[in-house]
Amino acid sequence: MAYTTFIPSEFRVHIDKDACIQCGRCVQQCGWNVYTWDEAEKRPIPDHNKCVACHRCVTYCPGGAITIRKNDLAFKPSDNLAPETIKAIWKQAETGGVQLTGMGNDRPYLRIFDHLLLDACQVTNPSIDPLREPMEMRTFLGRKPDSIAVAAMVAKNEGAGGYRLVTEFDRQLQLETPIMFGGMSYGSVSLNVHRALAMAAARLGTFMNTGEGGLHADLEPYQDNIIVQCASGRFGVDSSYLQAGAAVEIKIGQGAKPGIGGHLPGEKIDYEVSITRMIPQGTDALSPAPHHDIYSIEDLRQLIYALKEATGYKPISVKIACVHNVAAIASGVVRAGADIIYLDGFRGGTGASPTIIRDHVGIPLEIAIATVDQRLRDEGIRNRASIVAAGSIRGSADVAKAIALGADACAIGTAALVAMGCHVCQKCHTGCCSWGITTQRAELTRRLDPEWAASQLVNLVTAWTHEIAEVLGALGVNAIESLRGSRERLRGLGLDKTTLDILGVKPAGL
Amino acid sequence: MSGRQDMNETPNSAIVRRVPTGPARKGPTGIEPARLTAGQPGDTRGVTRRRGKKVHIDAKGVYYKTLNEQIREEIERGATEVVLDNVIGQRYIGTGLAYPGVTVTVNGVPGNDMAAFMNGPTLVVNDNAQDGVANTMNSGLVIINGDAGDVLGYGMRGGGVYVRGDVGYRVGIHMKAFGDSQPLIVIGGHARDFLGEYMAGGEIIVLGLERSDGRAEPVVGSYVGTGMHAGVMYVRGTVEDHQLGKEVRVSEPTPAEIDRIREILTHYSKVMGLDPDPIMEEPFVKIYPYTSRPYGRMYAY
Repeated sequence: MAYTTFIPSEFRVHIDKDACIQCGRCVQQCGWNVYTWDEAEKRPIPDHNKCVACHRCVTYCPGGAITIRKNDLAFKPSDNLAPETIKAIWKQAETGGVQLTGMGNDRPYLRIFDHLLLDACQVTNPSIDPLREPMEMRTFLGRKPDSIAVAAMVAKNEGAGGYRLVTEFDRQLQLETPIMFGGMSYGSVSLNVHRALAMAAARLGTFMNTGEGGLHADLEPYQDNIIVQCASGRFGVDSSYLQAGAAVEIKIGQGAKPGIGGHLPGEKIDYEVSITRMIPQGTDALSPAPHHDIYSIEDLRQLIYALKEATGYKPISVKIACVHNVAAIASGVVRAGADIIYLDGFRGGTGASPTIIRDHVGIPLEIAIATVDQRLRDEGIRNRASIVAAGSIRGSADVAKAIALGADACAIGTAALVAMGCHVCQKCHTGCCSWGITTQRAELTRRLDPEWAASQLVNLVTAWTHEIAEVLGALGVNAIESLRGSRERLRGLGLDKTTLDILGVKPAGL
Repeated sequence: MSGRQDMNETPNSAIVRRVPTGPARKGPTGIEPARLTAGQPGDTRGVTRRRGKKVHIDAKGVYYKTLNEQIREEIERGATEVVLDNVIGQRYIGTGLAYPGVTVTVNGVPGNDMAAFMNGPTLVVNDNAQDGVANTMNSGLVIINGDAGDVLGYGMRGGGVYVRGDVGYRVGIHMKAFGDSQPLIVIGGHARDFLGEYMAGGEIIVLGLERSDGRAEPVVGSYVGTGMHAGVMYVRGTVEDHQLGKEVRVSEPTPAEIDRIREILTHYSKVMGLDPDPIMEEPFVKIYPYTSRPYGRMYAY
């Protein structure tokens, strides 16, 4: 006896026949081919099995006739063998394949950010009104000197009586807000997404990150606001690419899939992507798990300095996933000469990833920021590198708490895509994204207007920046610098003592 | 002493300048301590001799960063031929160098990551080279008149590397080709394991010419072409099945491919001062990937 599949559909598509105006727009909008048009009855017929709940049809239905519901087909209740678990077993029994997913870990692990509370001033140390007082949000990323030298100014026209900085700093990245965009490659996302990120970064005075997919020629006007990535597959990396970026990032690992390499399926390698990555059309773009020239901290140092030599000593960022020994690894990375260390937490990451890796590998970002910051301080090398925190930064509160834990700035990926219309359906790896974000199909990518998407991003980051200014005002400080590493301004609620000790945060009430 | 000072590894420049840079002291073995001959951070610049467009730089005691700055300065001043004498392990020679038509000659053993990200020049090494030669190189030609170390040509995207002798492990990993950019590695001697792993384009030729010490060993190591999904390798002699990665097959080269091998070897032999005819007498085997998507069926969507 042969079954086609045991797996029931995840969602049910309901079309209200009274509201449906029979325009056929749902058929045209769906990237997943859920709908077929019934010529005889003049109405769309949905195939529930194909629906991923991305809401493209819901948003664009002029009659408001479509509702997507969870398929509440009853399974025998079991806490241990939930329907999702049973369906996963069926899927793998039917295909023999590794399960793929995307858009970050959705498991109910403890979200430490939600158990941290910020302080505020009352009576004795007055708070500051950010609407009237200037708030310094500018952040410089890069190596700071161990000490600085100043010289007294004598000449009257130069401001006699003052002092002038003598020490020369290494090159820094100047951010007007402590929020930047994380690496998402052209190929995994569409060119219009890259355009929007680059435009928004330029307008906000911050940086976008190319990810490992090269830099499309259309983005060259924005190169002062672009960090270029050099990862194990070396896609799109040549001397002009390295020269173009404001900084270079070496990607060792990413939060979506710590310890494994990238794999962009051949379906997403169209002509333009193949030019930018410099690989033939239709082949899989394989990024090996390790860099094959990095087997030690010394080897990492070798690549860092090779990139510095090739770029005239631009800042070099090293991106690592937060794993068990992240503090010791970070210490090595800083000693290897990294100017910026980018920590990617286990919860986040837009990247397509085997489900087992996404859901079960790595440690929370909050723990990683605190332990890395503490370790670098204990070793007296915190000044040598800036810390960028990423991996499910969901709002300005997460940014403020991450900075209070010890980060210099945060990077957002998922939130940026959501701002452009992503509905977090977790099917990025299929290349069918109806919102035109994680696809290369021309009829889908043209749906995303980069100008509109850039304004959405600018709005989002501007709003978050205002909110962070409100937090600073409440804390009675007037610069983001004053919040950095200020764990005294955080309290933990509902966290156990060991976790609080690791975070270096007191429990609420103490 | 506080822990902070212990951990601080940046050399104090005042101390560095006290290191004698005069006549090199020889250690008990009679070998000059490398840290003196390869230089330390500081102001020491190599002595230069200029004649027309040809420049000699004495690299003895010159730190790599200073040496590479000097190379760039000389090329910017109009030099088309830069000769580096007494090179002893200075890293990143030719790294990021993007001046087509310029030749840099290295007399001595260069350090790691030579010609990384290089774009255009010709680099000649009159000795052995170390690891990471031509890492992500874009164009140009590297000629090594000796052996070379591991990960030669990693992620290489164009240009050529000619090695007279043997190479180490993981050579030609993830080489890729696109349009007119077709990277080429020719190895006169033998190659160790993982040759052409993850290879995504370009050509590798291994000749297995006789070693000077007369030792016989396989022309290539094991796991040749593991994960390979584009490009081609030609090995002179035989390759056993157990030496191959799972993603490759072997066959006899077609007449057109033999012509291509001859074309490459004619240039290689001219550069190396060899006679191509006896090299071509022994048959070659072709190693190629059986699919452009080795892992396409591994996943459940």
